Amino acid sequence: MFDPGAPYRCSPQVSLRPEPFGALVYHFGTRKLSFLKTLPLVAVVKGLESHPDVHSAIEAAGVEEAQRPAYLKALAGLAASGTIEPR
Amino acid sequence: MKLVDHFQYGLNSPICLTWELTYACNLSCAHCLSSSGRRDPRELTTAEAKAVIDELQRMQVFYINIGGGEPTVRPDFWELLDYSIAHNVGVKFSTNGLKIDKQRAAQLAATDYVDIQISLDGATPEVNDYVRGPGSYDMAIRALENLAEAGFQQPKISVVMTRQNVDQLDEFKAIADKYGAQLRITRLRPSGRGADVWDELHPLPSQQKQMYDWLVDRGDQVLTGDSFFHLSAFGEALPGLNLCGAGRVVCLIDPVGDVYACPFAIHENFLAGNVRSPGGFQEVWENSELFTELRQPQTGGACSGCQHYDSCQGGCMAAKFFTGLPLDGPDPECVRGFGEQALAARGDDHVVPKSEVDHSRTKIGKNTPVLLQLSMGRPDRACETSPLAGMGASQSDSGLRVPVAGS
Repeated sequence: MFDPGAPYRCSPQVSLRPEPFGALVYHFGTRKLSFLKTLPLVAVVKGLESHPDVHSAIEAAGVEEAQRPAYLKALAGLAASGTIEPR
Repeated sequence: MKLVDHFQYGLNSPICLTWELTYACNLSCAHCLSSSGRRDPRELTTAEAKAVIDELQRMQVFYINIGGGEPTVRPDFWELLDYSIAHNVGVKFSTNGLKIDKQRAAQLAATDYVDIQISLDGATPEVNDYVRGPGSYDMAIRALENLAEAGFQQPKISVVMTRQNVDQLDEFKAIADKYGAQLRITRLRPSGRGADVWDELHPLPSQQKQMYDWLVDRGDQVLTGDSFFHLSAFGEALPGLNLCGAGRVVCLIDPVGDVYACPFAIHENFLAGNVRSPGGFQEVWENSELFTELRQPQTGGACSGCQHYDSCQGGCMAAKFFTGLPLDGPDPECVRGFGEQALAARGDDHVVPKSEVDHSRTKIGKNTPVLLQLSMGRPDRACETSPLAGMGASQSDSGLRVPVAGS
């Protein structure tokens, strides 16, 4: 279960390719392609590793408070697909 | 902006890159989109091909679709396959099954990041061999048997949909299930030799609906290369990217290193550059004049007033081009029938663009499909001096069979 109070990281099996809208995500384990649809979401995913929990990574990326629920939802999806994982 | 709108303006690197390694092929399929047959002496060397792989790795192209010709006839094919995988560029390769013997199948089953696509254009030998040539059905099935026996997980069976095989969709699915494979169906394009047979092979309007209904029912189990987006105008959008990705998310590298906007557009009008030129593939992808132009906002042209334009996006660029239709008008297989009207309006003296790139075999061989033999056969002349006059090429061991499909 996704816990935004816990420390996470981008999976080592995942590569992020910068794109104008955000990033393309490739998972070498599942061989699935997906997308990070905004630039701040890319910043959050990349920043997870250097923050004690998901919430502080969201704040550090400058995500507006009103946007937080949408970001948490997106991150929960990324956790379910294995793009991000607890560390 | 929706994701798909971003795609229209092009990505930093392609998502779907097809690389045809050679124009050489053991078969002579009547509808070959690249007019393959004979190797081109200018084809990329092993070292040049590896340099392209290095570049794709740098550009984070995570997987490529390798085809041909028959890619496995290149002596360095297996070496390039290993090299690509070792450089984080996964490979899906298309083959007619020629080299997939038990030993190769076992080797492939033990390799990660490789996917295999076996071409099969009929669920029975009669329908398949009619377009792909005698013996090609058995060759494909043998490859599937070998892969299944070796424990290769989920190879693909790739089917080009034709007037002759639309009724076999359920049988194709059964074959795929039998061999633990996944079915992939794609659209016939009038590209390469496909232009010569398109009138006879392309599905009838009623069959377009039949395919659409079948896909709506099973879209989640079947791959399509997102090639049927023109059918989305029938109703709900089909799964996948409903957009022409040419030069935006898709491109082709051909055996001599030429970069085209898409695999179905081997023609100088869609040639963006060559990987051998300064800056290599990346320069072509990022800065070529053609790709820059394709990434401009598109207008619907003659289709802009149509209520279905949002779902079909005017259809396939290559299908329009090679049937002599304007690129900003309807697809020749427009489900509302505007394509047929446009085709009929071309006039008797219209000229269909023909590609200069043709590696077709000039001789009829034992693998030549019936369709081609019929169209290439020289009529016998009364003054023929050979005692075999009247038998001619049909004396070959393939025999001259009467087409069973399409009749």
